[in-house]
Amino acid sequence: MQYMILIYGDEKNFAQMASSPEAQKQMYAAFTKYTKDMRDAGIMRAGSELKPTSTATTVRVKNGKTVTTDGPFAETKEQLGGYYIIDVPNLDEAVKWAARCPAAQGGSIEVRPVGVMPATV
Amino acid sequence: MLTPVIENICRAEGTRVLAGLIRRFGDFDLAEDALQDAFAKAIEVWPAQGLPAAPAAWLTTVAQRRALDLMRRRRAGPHYTDEPPDVAAQESDDEGHAAEISGIEDDRLRLLFTCCHPAIAQAAQMALALRTLCGLSTREIARAFLEPESTTAQRLVRVKKKILEARIPYEVPSGESLPERLQAVLGVVYLVFNEGYAGTDAPGLVRPDLCTEAIRLARLLVELMPQESEALGLLALMLLHDARRATRVGDDGAIMPLEEQDRTRWNREEIAEGLELLDSALALRRRGPYQLQAAIAALHARASRAEDTDWKQIAALYGGLLREQPGAVVELNAAVALAMAEGAERGLEWMARLGGREELSGYYLLPAARADLLRRLGRLAEARDAYRAALALVRNPAERGYLDRRLAECGG
Repeated sequence: MQYMILIYGDEKNFAQMASSPEAQKQMYAAFTKYTKDMRDAGIMRAGSELKPTSTATTVRVKNGKTVTTDGPFAETKEQLGGYYIIDVPNLDEAVKWAARCPAAQGGSIEVRPVGVMPATV
Repeated sequence: MLTPVIENICRAEGTRVLAGLIRRFGDFDLAEDALQDAFAKAIEVWPAQGLPAAPAAWLTTVAQRRALDLMRRRRAGPHYTDEPPDVAAQESDDEGHAAEISGIEDDRLRLLFTCCHPAIAQAAQMALALRTLCGLSTREIARAFLEPESTTAQRLVRVKKKILEARIPYEVPSGESLPERLQAVLGVVYLVFNEGYAGTDAPGLVRPDLCTEAIRLARLLVELMPQESEALGLLALMLLHDARRATRVGDDGAIMPLEEQDRTRWNREEIAEGLELLDSALALRRRGPYQLQAAIAALHARASRAEDTDWKQIAALYGGLLREQPGAVVELNAAVALAMAEGAERGLEWMARLGGREELSGYYLLPAARADLLRRLGRLAEARDAYRAALALVRNPAERGYLDRRLAECGG
């Protein structure tokens, strides 16, 4: 069963970290280890960091016309900053892995089961 | 007519059968539908053929066949899961229901832990446990929680869908996570009890008895996990509280304080059972907050007159409870016990310190407890103010009735 681990956090804290190379280094080291642990456990299917929401473009189609707006779909206190897709037997396992995410301290991790397209499509 | 007899059997065996069906098919709705059909079949067939020797096995077999049938029908439409249930494999041991029955005890425990899974919202945990383990109908649950039936129905649909689609495991958690998860289960059961115990604001409404249902759930837990001291402690606590239920509200509908309750009307059987359970819990030598609260309730139950209450020991037990479960509400109770043990002034000093605590802002029991102590000390003007402050915070008529009476006694 695949779950998406969506990593939410305050981008401002993230931006501030850029001014402290030491803190930044520590965070990347923590994520590198987390990712390696997932790979070693054989559960990781995908995952990546996302660029900040200031780079986001939201797209809608209205009356056949593509309308783009600058920015994320919704303004929120915490923003989506990265994701993983893992394959584990059940929600308890997914929650265990989510809790190990370095961003779980200070941020929020959403765990969502991944749906599968109907076979007939 | 045989129907009432059959309905009783179905009620008694239903939980066991349902728990097994859910494990086997991994789908609450399918299991419930199949079981309902099996009940209908029983009502149709048993009067003619006579009761089967093993009704649970009969119901399991019929419900399983029905569930497989329903699954086949659903498969005809599009399905969205990555792993379709292996119908063939399940069918091959269709006759193996005898072995199925032996694992049933564990299934009910699995069901309880799944209903109380922390990924499920609390209101839904309670509703689902009452639905599946106590066999309450959606309408009964809605009545119990004083909400529209459609709200309860929606809650149940959503939670079953989440269990299925997020794949919340149907198992008793192992090792490290067991203590925490067991705490969650006990918490849900106690919440159901308190919902019933505090539910005095709906006189005349036919409410399914949540206290009885919570006690039923705790009994199940104790039966399945007899070595868990806190499960024993919780059951003891609820029985000791429930024993006083008939005397908690006076003829005028107002709350009757412990000291004025007619102790001859306390339920002796429940007290005896509660005390015995508490002894078994304490013998396991693993203390916990439910056992401490049960021990406090036991001291009240043992006092045949209010003035015989061993307040010194109750105050000491609250001290222990505060260490395990710090919090302003527990502290308020500890302050009351201290007042009874060592004098009202001591209690008032403590309550004065509690006044600034945010958790207690808007909590009517703080001014109410202060008022009672001031009244005992004969400081009537202050007592009246405190009773009025409490009245401003409470809507429940039974609680208002008590405060009004006290206010009048103080000349207010």
